[in-house]
Amino acid sequence: MIDIVITEEILNIQQCINKVQSDDCGGIDVFIGTVRDNTKGKKVLRLEFEAYETMALIEMRKLAKNAVDKWSLKSVLIYHRTGILHVGDVPVIIAVAAAHRDAAFDACRYLIDTLKQTVPIWKKEIFEDGDIWVSAHP
Amino acid sequence: MTLRILAFGIAKEILGSTSTLVELHAGATVKELRILLEKQYPRLQKLASFMIAVNNEYASSDHVLQPGNEIAIIPPVSGG
Repeated sequence: MIDIVITEEILNIQQCINKVQSDDCGGIDVFIGTVRDNTKGKKVLRLEFEAYETMALIEMRKLAKNAVDKWSLKSVLIYHRTGILHVGDVPVIIAVAAAHRDAAFDACRYLIDTLKQTVPIWKKEIFEDGDIWVSAHP
Repeated sequence: MTLRILAFGIAKEILGSTSTLVELHAGATVKELRILLEKQYPRLQKLASFMIAVNNEYASSDHVLQPGNEIAIIPPVSGG
């Protein structure tokens, strides 16, 4: 099962876990991204996420498919939020269910690392004295 | 041919719009589009990098553009 969502709504962590649970899996690995209150010590007020939604959904599905094929996963779920998020909010949840834990851990790590490199989603950090698009400049 | 170019993230701010129209000769490639965009919007050159997506896929520089393609400027991504 592959479940990919981009939404402005609050993500429900338990619901995501329940969606990937199945009786033939020995474990679920979950990555929960959270909004940090600072970047290199500078106070972050909020983040603003923007997606090229049609392409982002396609890229996320590609990643999920790659992971399912490589690690023989039972289920992969990737949910990502857009819009304005505050400190402590959850912009991303990745949940992976597999027969054995090694596959689940490795796949989860691959999914978040690759998402950050290839999926067309952007975040802007808003500070007290300005804002910056993360990673935009060298 | 006239092509509509979508812009996201910082590219949207550089263009001052969510999209723009550009004029290129028939058979133009992604590379030629990049050169044109960098000339029209020099701030694109200051980015760490940017990619061009055609019909929702990353396109290589020799990819030939067609009228009606959905074309987007993809500045460095930062999801998660």
